[in-house]
Amino acid sequence: MQIQIKDVSQQYVQKGVTFQALSHVNLDIQKGEFICLLGPSGCGKTTLLNAIAGFVPITQGSITINGVPVKEPSIQNVTIFQNYGLLPWRNVQKNVELGLESNKSLSKQDIHAIASQYIDLVGLEKFKNHHPHQLSGGMQQRVSIARALAVNPEIIFMDEPFGALDALTRMKMQDEIAQIQVTQKKTILFVTHDIDESVYLADRIVVMTPNPGKIKSIIPVDLGRPRDRTSVDFFHLRDRVFEEFGMVPEEKTEYFI
Amino acid sequence: MQKIWKGALHILVGFGGLLLIWQLVASFAGFNPALFPSPWQALLGLGELAGNGTLWIGIQDSMIRFLIGYCIAAVLAISLGLVLGWFSRAWSFVNPVVQWLRPISPIAWMPFIVLWFGIGDLPAIVIIIYAAFFPVLLTTVSAVVKVDPIYLKVAKNFGIQQPQILFKIIFPAIFPQIMNGLRLALGTAWVFLVAGEMVGAQSGLGYLIIDSRNNLRADHLMAVMIVIGIIGFLLDTGIRQIERLASKNWSAAAGKGGA
Repeated sequence: MQIQIKDVSQQYVQKGVTFQALSHVNLDIQKGEFICLLGPSGCGKTTLLNAIAGFVPITQGSITINGVPVKEPSIQNVTIFQNYGLLPWRNVQKNVELGLESNKSLSKQDIHAIASQYIDLVGLEKFKNHHPHQLSGGMQQRVSIARALAVNPEIIFMDEPFGALDALTRMKMQDEIAQIQVTQKKTILFVTHDIDESVYLADRIVVMTPNPGKIKSIIPVDLGRPRDRTSVDFFHLRDRVFEEFGMVPEEKTEYFI
Repeated sequence: MQKIWKGALHILVGFGGLLLIWQLVASFAGFNPALFPSPWQALLGLGELAGNGTLWIGIQDSMIRFLIGYCIAAVLAISLGLVLGWFSRAWSFVNPVVQWLRPISPIAWMPFIVLWFGIGDLPAIVIIIYAAFFPVLLTTVSAVVKVDPIYLKVAKNFGIQQPQILFKIIFPAIFPQIMNGLRLALGTAWVFLVAGEMVGAQSGLGYLIIDSRNNLRADHLMAVMIVIGIIGFLLDTGIRQIERLASKNWSAAAGKGGA
Protein backbone atom coordinates (compact mmCIF):
# COMPACT_ATOMS: atom_id res chain seq x y z
CA MET A 1 0.00 0.00 0.00
CA GLN A 2 1.57 3.28 -1.05
CA ILE A 3 -0.65 5.72 0.83
CA GLN A 4 -2.34 4.75 4.08
CA ILE A 5 -4.83 7.07 5.72
CA LYS A 6 -5.98 5.86 9.12
CA ASP A 7 -8.76 7.44 11.14
CA VAL A 8 -7.85 10.96 10.10
CA SER A 9 -9.78 13.88 11.56
CA GLN A 10 -9.16 17.54 11.07
CA GLN A 11 -10.61 20.45 13.00
CA TYR A 12 -10.45 24.17 12.46
CA VAL A 13 -11.26 26.77 15.04
CA GLN A 14 -12.64 29.83 13.32
CA LYS A 15 -13.86 32.77 15.41
CA GLY A 16 -14.26 30.51 18.40
CA VAL A 17 -16.33 27.94 16.51
CA THR A 18 -14.85 24.49 16.00
CA PHE A 19 -15.34 23.25 12.48
CA GLN A 20 -14.98 19.57 11.68
CA ALA A 21 -13.36 19.49 8.22
CA LEU A 22 -12.62 15.76 8.23
CA SER A 23 -14.06 13.05 10.39
CA HIS A 24 -12.54 9.57 10.78
CA VAL A 25 -11.31 9.15 7.22
CA ASN A 26 -9.83 5.79 6.26
CA LEU A 27 -8.39 5.13 2.81
CA ASP A 28 -5.66 2.97 1.30
CA ILE A 29 -4.23 3.81 -2.10
CA GLN A 30 -2.06 1.56 -4.18
CA LYS A 31 0.84 2.57 -6.34
CA GLY A 32 -0.28 3.59 -9.81
CA GLU A 33 -3.92 4.08 -8.86
CA PHE A 34 -5.96 6.97 -10.14
CA ILE A 35 -8.16 8.11 -7.26
CA CYS A 36 -10.78 10.82 -7.53
CA LEU A 37 -11.95 12.57 -4.39
CA LEU A 38 -15.45 13.65 -5.34
CA GLY A 39 -17.90 15.77 -3.42
CA PRO A 40 -19.56 19.17 -3.04
CA SER A 41 -17.67 22.13 -1.60
CA GLY A 42 -17.09 21.85 2.11
CA CYS A 43 -16.84 18.05 2.07
CA GLY A 44 -13.16 18.19 3.01
CA LYS A 45 -11.77 16.79 -0.22
CA THR A 46 -9.23 19.59 -0.63
CA THR A 47 -8.39 19.44 3.08
CA LEU A 48 -7.73 15.71 2.74
CA LEU A 49 -5.55 16.30 -0.31
CA ASN A 50 -3.59 19.05 1.45
CA ALA A 51 -3.10 16.80 4.47
CA ILE A 52 -1.76 13.92 2.35
CA ALA A 53 0.45 16.34 0.44
CA GLY A 54 1.84 17.61 3.75
CA PHE A 55 0.64 21.20 3.50
CA VAL A 56 -1.57 21.07 6.60
CA PRO A 57 -1.02 19.00 9.73
CA ILE A 58 -3.85 16.72 10.81
CA THR A 59 -5.33 16.88 14.29
CA GLN A 60 -5.96 13.14 14.66
CA GLY A 61 -5.05 9.87 12.99
CA SER A 62 -2.12 9.05 10.72
CA ILE A 63 -1.14 9.42 7.09
CA THR A 64 1.80 7.48 5.75
CA ILE A 65 3.34 7.35 2.30
CA ASN A 66 5.46 4.23 1.71
CA GLY A 67 5.25 3.64 5.45
CA VAL A 68 6.68 7.05 6.39
CA PRO A 69 4.41 9.50 8.21
CA VAL A 70 3.72 12.67 6.21
CA LYS A 71 5.08 15.76 7.97
CA GLU A 72 5.80 18.25 5.22
CA PRO A 73 5.57 18.54 1.43
CA SER A 74 8.08 16.48 -0.48
CA ILE A 75 9.38 16.70 -4.01
CA GLN A 76 8.37 13.03 -4.34
CA ASN A 77 4.73 14.09 -4.26
CA VAL A 78 3.93 17.10 -6.36
CA THR A 79 0.72 19.09 -6.17
CA ILE A 80 -0.93 20.71 -9.18
CA PHE A 81 -3.27 23.55 -8.29
CA GLN A 82 -6.40 24.82 -9.95
CA ASN A 83 -4.80 28.22 -10.49
CA TYR A 84 -1.65 26.52 -11.83
CA GLY A 85 0.83 28.11 -9.41
CA LEU A 86 3.10 29.21 -12.25
CA LEU A 87 5.60 31.96 -11.56
CA PRO A 88 4.55 34.84 -13.84
CA TRP A 89 8.07 36.25 -14.08
CA ARG A 90 9.48 33.01 -15.49
CA ASN A 91 8.88 31.78 -19.01
CA VAL A 92 7.61 28.26 -19.71
CA GLN A 93 11.09 26.74 -19.86
CA LYS A 94 12.15 28.36 -16.59
CA ASN A 95 8.90 27.43 -14.86
CA VAL A 96 9.40 23.79 -15.69
CA GLU A 97 13.03 24.01 -14.57
CA LEU A 98 12.00 25.31 -11.14
CA GLY A 99 11.63 21.95 -9.44
CA LEU A 100 14.87 20.64 -10.95
CA GLU A 101 16.99 23.51 -9.67
CA SER A 102 17.12 22.21 -6.12
CA ASN A 103 18.59 18.92 -7.35
CA LYS A 104 22.31 19.47 -6.84
CA SER A 105 23.34 16.48 -8.93
CA LEU A 106 21.97 18.01 -12.12
CA SER A 107 24.03 20.34 -14.29
CA LYS A 108 22.50 23.32 -16.05
CA GLN A 109 22.43 21.38 -19.31
CA ASP A 110 20.72 18.41 -17.63
CA ILE A 111 18.07 20.67 -16.17
CA HIS A 112 17.47 22.31 -19.51
CA ALA A 113 17.25 18.96 -21.30
CA ILE A 114 14.87 17.38 -18.79
CA ALA A 115 12.61 20.41 -18.77
CA SER A 116 12.54 20.49 -22.58
CA GLN A 117 11.64 16.82 -22.67
CA TYR A 118 8.54 17.34 -20.52
CA ILE A 119 7.56 20.53 -22.31
CA ASP A 120 7.58 18.44 -25.49
CA LEU A 121 5.52 15.78 -23.74
CA VAL A 122 2.72 18.23 -23.02
CA GLY A 123 3.00 19.66 -26.53
CA LEU A 124 4.27 23.14 -25.69
CA GLU A 125 7.61 23.02 -27.49
CA LYS A 126 6.67 26.09 -29.51
CA PHE A 127 5.90 28.10 -26.38
CA LYS A 128 9.08 27.58 -24.37
CA ASN A 129 9.89 31.25 -24.29
CA HIS A 130 6.39 32.48 -23.59
CA HIS A 131 5.41 33.81 -20.22
CA PRO A 132 2.38 32.31 -18.46
CA HIS A 133 0.10 35.29 -19.14
CA GLN A 134 0.63 34.78 -22.86
CA LEU A 135 -0.85 31.27 -22.66
CA SER A 136 -4.44 30.05 -22.42
CA GLY A 137 -5.65 28.40 -19.21
CA GLY A 138 -5.29 24.92 -20.67
CA MET A 139 -1.74 25.64 -21.78
CA GLN A 140 -0.86 27.06 -18.38
CA GLN A 141 -2.13 23.91 -16.73
CA ARG A 142 -0.02 21.87 -19.16
CA VAL A 143 3.04 23.82 -18.07
CA SER A 144 2.21 23.01 -14.50
CA ILE A 145 1.80 19.32 -15.36
CA ALA A 146 5.14 19.34 -17.17
CA ARG A 147 6.74 21.00 -14.16
CA ALA A 148 5.35 18.32 -11.88
CA LEU A 149 6.39 15.42 -14.13
CA ALA A 150 9.88 16.86 -14.63
CA VAL A 151 10.91 16.05 -11.06
CA ASN A 152 9.71 12.47 -11.59
CA PRO A 153 7.45 12.25 -8.54
CA GLU A 154 5.79 9.05 -7.37
CA ILE A 155 2.50 10.71 -6.60
CA ILE A 156 0.76 13.65 -8.21
CA PHE A 157 -1.91 15.52 -6.28
CA MET A 158 -4.33 17.52 -8.36
CA ASP A 159 -6.67 20.00 -6.74
CA GLU A 160 -9.51 20.67 -9.19
CA PRO A 161 -6.87 21.22 -11.85
CA PHE A 162 -9.31 21.72 -14.72
CA GLY A 163 -11.93 23.66 -12.78
CA ALA A 164 -11.08 26.97 -14.40
CA LEU A 165 -11.11 25.66 -17.97
CA ASP A 166 -13.94 25.69 -20.49
CA ALA A 167 -15.77 22.41 -21.06
CA LEU A 168 -14.04 21.35 -24.27
CA THR A 169 -10.54 22.23 -23.08
CA ARG A 170 -11.31 20.39 -19.90
CA MET A 171 -12.20 17.19 -21.74
CA LYS A 172 -9.04 17.46 -23.78
CA MET A 173 -6.98 17.88 -20.61
CA GLN A 174 -8.75 14.89 -19.08
CA ASP A 175 -7.69 12.79 -22.07
CA GLU A 176 -4.14 13.98 -21.68
CA ILE A 177 -3.87 13.36 -17.96
CA ALA A 178 -5.43 9.91 -18.36
CA GLN A 179 -2.82 9.08 -20.96
CA ILE A 180 0.01 10.56 -18.94
CA GLN A 181 -1.02 8.47 -15.97
CA VAL A 182 -0.76 5.31 -18.05
CA THR A 183 2.54 6.15 -19.76
CA GLN A 184 4.28 7.76 -16.77
CA LYS A 185 2.90 5.25 -14.21
CA LYS A 186 2.12 7.76 -11.50
CA THR A 187 -0.24 7.49 -8.59
CA ILE A 188 -2.73 10.32 -9.01
CA LEU A 189 -5.01 11.79 -6.39
CA PHE A 190 -7.47 14.03 -8.10
CA VAL A 191 -9.92 16.35 -6.34
CA THR A 192 -13.03 17.29 -8.29
CA HIS A 193 -16.70 18.13 -7.90
CA ASP A 194 -17.44 17.06 -11.46
CA ILE A 195 -19.09 13.60 -11.54
CA ASP A 196 -18.37 12.98 -15.24
CA GLU A 197 -14.77 13.90 -14.74
CA SER A 198 -14.38 11.43 -11.90
CA VAL A 199 -16.05 8.60 -13.85
CA TYR A 200 -13.90 9.34 -16.86
CA LEU A 201 -10.61 9.39 -14.95
CA ALA A 202 -10.72 7.35 -11.79
CA ASP A 203 -9.88 3.76 -10.97
CA ARG A 204 -11.81 4.38 -7.77
CA ILE A 205 -14.07 7.26 -6.90
CA VAL A 206 -14.02 8.32 -3.27
CA VAL A 207 -17.38 9.96 -2.62
CA MET A 208 -17.26 12.51 0.18
CA THR A 209 -20.04 14.39 1.98
CA PRO A 210 -19.88 17.53 4.12
CA ASN A 211 -20.76 18.42 7.74
CA PRO A 212 -18.59 16.80 8.89
CA GLY A 213 -16.38 15.96 5.91
CA LYS A 214 -16.20 12.21 5.58
CA ILE A 215 -16.03 9.39 3.05
CA LYS A 216 -19.50 8.18 2.17
CA SER A 217 -18.52 5.39 -0.18
CA ILE A 218 -15.82 4.22 -2.53
CA ILE A 219 -16.93 3.27 -6.03
CA PRO A 220 -14.59 1.17 -8.18
CA VAL A 221 -14.72 2.16 -11.84
CA ASP A 222 -14.17 -1.04 -13.78
CA LEU A 223 -14.21 0.53 -17.22
CA GLY A 224 -11.36 -0.07 -19.63
CA ARG A 225 -9.18 2.69 -21.01
CA PRO A 226 -9.44 4.74 -23.08
CA ARG A 227 -12.95 5.41 -21.89
CA ASP A 228 -15.93 6.37 -23.97
CA ARG A 229 -17.93 9.20 -22.45
CA THR A 230 -21.00 8.17 -24.45
CA SER A 231 -21.02 4.43 -23.74
CA VAL A 232 -23.80 2.71 -21.82
CA ASP A 233 -21.39 1.45 -19.15
CA PHE A 234 -20.20 5.00 -18.61
CA PHE A 235 -23.76 6.17 -18.02
CA HIS A 236 -24.46 3.28 -15.66
CA LEU A 237 -21.53 4.25 -13.51
CA ARG A 238 -22.46 7.88 -13.72
CA ASP A 239 -25.95 7.07 -12.48
CA ARG A 240 -24.44 5.04 -9.68
CA VAL A 241 -22.52 8.13 -8.53
CA PHE A 242 -25.57 10.35 -8.88
CA GLU A 243 -27.41 7.90 -6.63
CA GLU A 244 -24.69 8.28 -4.02
CA PHE A 245 -25.52 11.96 -3.83
CA GLY A 246 -29.24 11.22 -3.79
CA MET A 247 -29.70 13.08 -7.03
CA VAL A 248 -31.71 10.49 -8.97
CA PRO A 249 -35.45 11.00 -8.61
CA GLU A 250 -37.37 7.76 -7.97
CA GLU A 251 -39.65 8.16 -11.00
CA LYS A 252 -36.73 8.67 -13.30
CA THR A 253 -35.58 5.08 -12.88
CA GLU A 254 -39.08 3.90 -13.73
CA TYR A 255 -39.00 5.78 -17.02
CA PHE A 256 -35.87 3.90 -17.96
CA ILE A 257 -37.54 0.55 -17.40
CA MET B 1 1.06 59.24 -32.53
CA GLN B 2 -2.11 61.15 -31.87
CA LYS B 3 -1.55 60.52 -28.18
CA ILE B 4 1.85 62.18 -28.32
CA TRP B 5 0.39 65.24 -30.08
CA LYS B 6 -2.33 65.46 -27.50
CA GLY B 7 0.22 65.20 -24.69
CA ALA B 8 2.34 67.91 -26.30
CA LEU B 9 -0.72 70.10 -26.66
CA HIS B 10 -1.59 69.70 -22.98
CA ILE B 11 1.93 70.63 -21.97
CA LEU B 12 2.06 73.62 -24.32
CA VAL B 13 -1.28 75.03 -23.26
CA GLY B 14 -0.62 74.39 -19.55
CA PHE B 15 2.74 76.07 -19.51
CA GLY B 16 1.61 78.76 -21.92
CA GLY B 17 -1.14 79.68 -19.48
CA LEU B 18 1.27 79.67 -16.57
CA LEU B 19 3.73 81.89 -18.41
CA LEU B 20 0.96 84.28 -19.38
CA ILE B 21 -0.26 84.67 -15.81
CA TRP B 22 3.30 85.06 -14.61
CA GLN B 23 3.98 87.75 -17.18
CA LEU B 24 0.72 89.57 -16.39
CA VAL B 25 1.48 89.59 -12.67
CA ALA B 26 5.01 90.79 -13.31
CA SER B 27 3.82 93.58 -15.65
CA PHE B 28 0.76 94.87 -13.84
CA ALA B 29 0.85 93.89 -10.16
CA GLY B 30 3.46 96.51 -9.44
CA PHE B 31 5.99 94.26 -7.66
CA ASN B 32 9.58 95.37 -7.60
CA PRO B 33 11.30 93.43 -10.44
CA ALA B 34 14.15 92.60 -8.05
CA LEU B 35 11.63 90.71 -5.90
CA PHE B 36 9.39 89.31 -8.62
CA PRO B 37 11.23 88.67 -11.86
CA SER B 38 9.40 88.34 -15.14
CA PRO B 39 9.71 85.14 -17.20
CA TRP B 40 12.17 86.87 -19.47
CA GLN B 41 14.36 87.94 -16.55
CA ALA B 42 14.29 84.40 -15.19
CA LEU B 43 15.35 83.11 -18.57
CA LEU B 44 18.20 85.60 -18.71
CA GLY B 45 19.19 84.54 -15.20
CA LEU B 46 19.16 80.94 -16.29
CA GLY B 47 21.33 81.82 -19.25
CA GLU B 48 23.78 83.60 -16.98
CA LEU B 49 24.01 80.68 -14.54
CA ALA B 50 24.42 78.24 -17.41
CA GLY B 51 26.92 80.48 -19.16
CA ASN B 52 29.31 80.88 -16.22
CA GLY B 53 29.09 77.18 -15.37
CA THR B 54 27.59 77.60 -11.89
CA LEU B 55 24.43 75.78 -12.89
CA TRP B 56 26.21 72.73 -14.33
CA ILE B 57 28.42 72.32 -11.28
CA GLY B 58 25.35 72.65 -9.08
CA ILE B 59 23.44 70.03 -11.05
CA GLN B 60 26.41 67.70 -11.06
CA ASP B 61 26.98 67.96 -7.30
CA SER B 62 23.31 67.47 -6.57
CA MET B 63 22.97 64.49 -8.90
CA ILE B 64 26.01 62.73 -7.46
CA ARG B 65 24.69 63.12 -3.91
CA PHE B 66 21.28 62.10 -5.07
CA LEU B 67 22.41 58.92 -6.79
CA ILE B 68 24.65 57.84 -3.92
CA GLY B 69 22.00 58.47 -1.28
CA TYR B 70 19.16 57.01 -3.29
CA CYS B 71 21.03 53.82 -4.13
CA ILE B 72 22.14 53.29 -0.54
CA ALA B 73 18.57 53.85 0.65
CA ALA B 74 17.18 51.46 -1.95
CA VAL B 75 19.59 48.64 -1.11
CA LEU B 76 19.12 49.10 2.64
CA ALA B 77 15.35 49.39 2.50
CA ILE B 78 14.80 46.50 0.09
CA SER B 79 17.03 44.06 1.95
CA LEU B 80 15.66 45.06 5.34
CA GLY B 81 12.12 44.99 3.95
CA LEU B 82 12.56 41.46 2.61
CA VAL B 83 13.86 40.20 5.93
CA LEU B 84 11.29 42.03 8.07
CA GLY B 85 8.45 41.04 5.78
CA TRP B 86 9.47 37.40 6.00
CA PHE B 87 9.88 37.50 9.79
CA SER B 88 6.62 39.32 10.25
CA ARG B 89 6.78 38.90 14.01
CA ALA B 90 9.94 40.98 14.12
CA TRP B 91 8.17 43.52 11.95
CA SER B 92 5.39 43.90 14.51
CA PHE B 93 8.04 45.25 16.89
CA VAL B 94 9.76 47.45 14.34
CA ASN B 95 6.59 48.77 12.75
CA PRO B 96 5.52 51.10 15.61
CA VAL B 97 8.98 52.67 15.66
CA VAL B 98 8.89 53.17 11.91
CA GLN B 99 5.42 54.67 12.09
CA TRP B 100 6.69 57.13 14.67
CA LEU B 101 9.85 58.03 12.73
CA ARG B 102 8.16 58.33 9.37
CA PRO B 103 6.13 61.50 9.92
CA ILE B 104 9.16 63.38 11.29
CA SER B 105 10.29 65.50 8.40
CA PRO B 106 13.87 64.88 7.36
CA ILE B 107 14.31 68.63 7.69
CA ALA B 108 13.69 68.35 11.43
CA TRP B 109 16.73 66.11 11.59
CA MET B 110 18.86 68.70 9.80
CA PRO B 111 20.40 70.31 12.90
CA PHE B 112 21.44 66.92 14.22
CA ILE B 113 22.64 65.79 10.83
CA VAL B 114 24.83 68.86 10.50
CA LEU B 115 26.14 68.38 14.03
CA TRP B 116 26.93 64.73 13.45
CA PHE B 117 28.01 64.69 9.83
CA GLY B 118 29.36 68.20 9.40
CA ILE B 119 28.93 70.21 6.24
CA GLY B 120 29.45 69.05 2.67
CA ASP B 121 28.25 66.03 0.77
CA LEU B 122 27.50 63.82 3.74
CA PRO B 123 24.52 65.61 5.34
CA ALA B 124 22.74 65.87 2.00
CA ILE B 125 23.33 62.18 1.32
CA VAL B 126 22.13 61.25 4.79
CA ILE B 127 18.94 63.21 4.33
CA ILE B 128 18.21 61.52 1.00
CA ILE B 129 18.78 58.12 2.56
CA TYR B 130 16.38 59.05 5.32
CA ALA B 131 13.75 60.41 2.91
CA ALA B 132 13.92 57.52 0.43
CA PHE B 133 14.26 54.76 2.99
CA PHE B 134 10.77 54.64 4.46
CA PRO B 135 8.60 54.51 1.34
CA VAL B 136 10.73 51.67 -0.04
CA LEU B 137 10.84 49.82 3.27
CA LEU B 138 7.10 50.03 3.79
CA THR B 139 6.13 48.96 0.28
CA THR B 140 8.62 46.09 0.41
CA VAL B 141 7.39 44.78 3.76
CA SER B 142 3.73 44.98 2.84
CA ALA B 143 4.43 43.32 -0.52
CA VAL B 144 6.31 40.44 1.12
CA VAL B 145 3.45 39.91 3.57
CA LYS B 146 0.99 39.80 0.67
CA VAL B 147 2.92 37.43 -1.61
CA ASP B 148 0.45 34.96 -3.09
CA PRO B 149 0.72 31.92 -0.78
CA ILE B 150 0.54 29.60 -3.78
CA TYR B 151 4.07 30.62 -4.79
CA LEU B 152 5.29 29.61 -1.36
CA LYS B 153 3.39 26.35 -1.52
CA VAL B 154 4.96 25.57 -4.88
CA ALA B 155 8.41 26.47 -3.56
CA LYS B 156 7.95 24.23 -0.52
CA ASN B 157 6.67 21.41 -2.69
CA PHE B 158 9.72 21.59 -4.94
CA GLY B 159 12.12 21.60 -2.02
CA ILE B 160 13.24 25.21 -2.38
CA GLN B 161 14.53 26.50 0.95
CA GLN B 162 15.66 29.78 2.42
CA PRO B 163 17.52 31.84 1.34
CA GLN B 164 16.58 30.57 -2.11
CA ILE B 165 12.90 31.28 -1.45
CA LEU B 166 13.83 34.92 -0.93
CA PHE B 167 15.81 35.20 -4.16
CA LYS B 168 13.79 32.90 -6.39
CA ILE B 169 10.26 33.51 -5.20
CA ILE B 170 9.72 36.50 -2.93
CA PHE B 171 11.96 39.06 -4.57
CA PRO B 172 10.74 38.47 -8.12
CA ALA B 173 7.16 38.15 -6.91
CA ILE B 174 7.21 41.59 -5.31
CA PHE B 175 9.49 43.26 -7.83
CA PRO B 176 6.69 45.34 -9.37
CA GLN B 177 5.69 46.68 -5.95
CA ILE B 178 9.32 47.42 -5.12
CA MET B 179 9.58 49.41 -8.35
CA ASN B 180 6.49 51.31 -7.30
CA GLY B 181 8.02 52.08 -3.90
CA LEU B 182 11.25 53.14 -5.57
CA ARG B 183 9.33 55.57 -7.74
CA LEU B 184 7.54 57.09 -4.75
CA ALA B 185 10.85 57.40 -2.92
CA LEU B 186 12.51 59.04 -5.90
CA GLY B 187 10.18 62.03 -5.79
CA THR B 188 10.42 62.43 -2.03
CA ALA B 189 14.18 62.10 -2.05
CA TRP B 190 14.55 64.75 -4.74
CA VAL B 191 12.40 67.19 -2.76
CA PHE B 192 14.47 66.69 0.35
CA LEU B 193 17.81 66.73 -1.40
CA VAL B 194 17.24 70.35 -2.34
CA ALA B 195 16.04 71.13 1.16
CA GLY B 196 19.06 69.39 2.64
CA GLU B 197 21.48 71.30 0.44
CA MET B 198 19.94 74.56 1.55
CA VAL B 199 21.19 73.93 5.06
CA GLY B 200 24.21 71.74 5.07
CA ALA B 201 25.95 72.12 1.73
CA GLN B 202 28.34 74.51 0.00
CA SER B 203 27.30 73.43 -3.49
CA GLY B 204 24.41 71.92 -5.39
CA LEU B 205 21.03 73.22 -6.49
CA GLY B 206 19.74 73.75 -2.95
CA TYR B 207 22.83 75.75 -2.16
CA LEU B 208 22.31 77.83 -5.30
CA ILE B 209 18.84 78.75 -4.02
CA ILE B 210 20.27 80.03 -0.74
CA ASP B 211 23.14 81.71 -2.53
CA SER B 212 20.76 83.52 -4.88
CA ARG B 213 18.67 84.67 -1.96
CA ASN B 214 21.75 85.98 -0.13
CA ASN B 215 22.73 87.92 -3.25
CA LEU B 216 19.17 89.15 -3.68
CA ARG B 217 19.03 87.62 -7.17
CA ALA B 218 15.39 86.70 -7.57
CA ASP B 219 15.96 85.91 -11.25
CA HIS B 220 18.59 83.29 -10.32
CA LEU B 221 16.28 81.96 -7.64
CA MET B 222 13.53 81.44 -10.16
CA ALA B 223 15.92 79.93 -12.70
CA VAL B 224 17.22 77.36 -10.22
CA MET B 225 13.69 76.46 -9.20
CA ILE B 226 12.78 75.85 -12.82
CA VAL B 227 15.79 73.56 -13.20
CA ILE B 228 14.90 71.65 -10.02
CA GLY B 229 11.41 71.05 -11.34
CA ILE B 230 12.64 69.91 -14.72
CA ILE B 231 15.15 67.46 -13.24
CA GLY B 232 12.52 66.09 -10.85
CA PHE B 233 10.17 65.59 -13.78
CA LEU B 234 12.87 63.89 -15.85
CA LEU B 235 13.80 61.57 -12.99
CA ASP B 236 10.19 60.57 -12.54
CA THR B 237 9.71 60.00 -16.26
CA GLY B 238 12.88 57.93 -16.35
CA ILE B 239 11.88 55.65 -13.49
CA ARG B 240 8.40 55.27 -14.95
CA GLN B 241 9.98 54.00 -18.14
CA ILE B 242 12.11 51.54 -16.20
CA GLU B 243 9.06 50.46 -14.21
CA ARG B 244 7.12 49.87 -17.40
CA LEU B 245 9.91 47.89 -19.02
CA ALA B 246 10.34 45.80 -15.90
CA SER B 247 6.68 45.04 -15.42
CA LYS B 248 6.29 44.14 -19.09
CA ASN B 249 7.96 40.79 -18.63
CA TRP B 250 6.75 40.47 -15.08
CA SER B 251 3.17 41.12 -15.94
CA ALA B 252 2.19 40.50 -12.34
CA ALA B 253 -1.28 41.74 -13.14
CA ALA B 254 -1.66 39.38 -16.05
CA GLY B 255 -0.10 36.55 -14.06
CA LYS B 256 -2.47 37.15 -11.18
CA GLY B 257 -5.40 37.32 -13.56
CA GLY B 258 -4.56 33.89 -14.87
CA ALA B 259 -4.03 32.61 -11.35
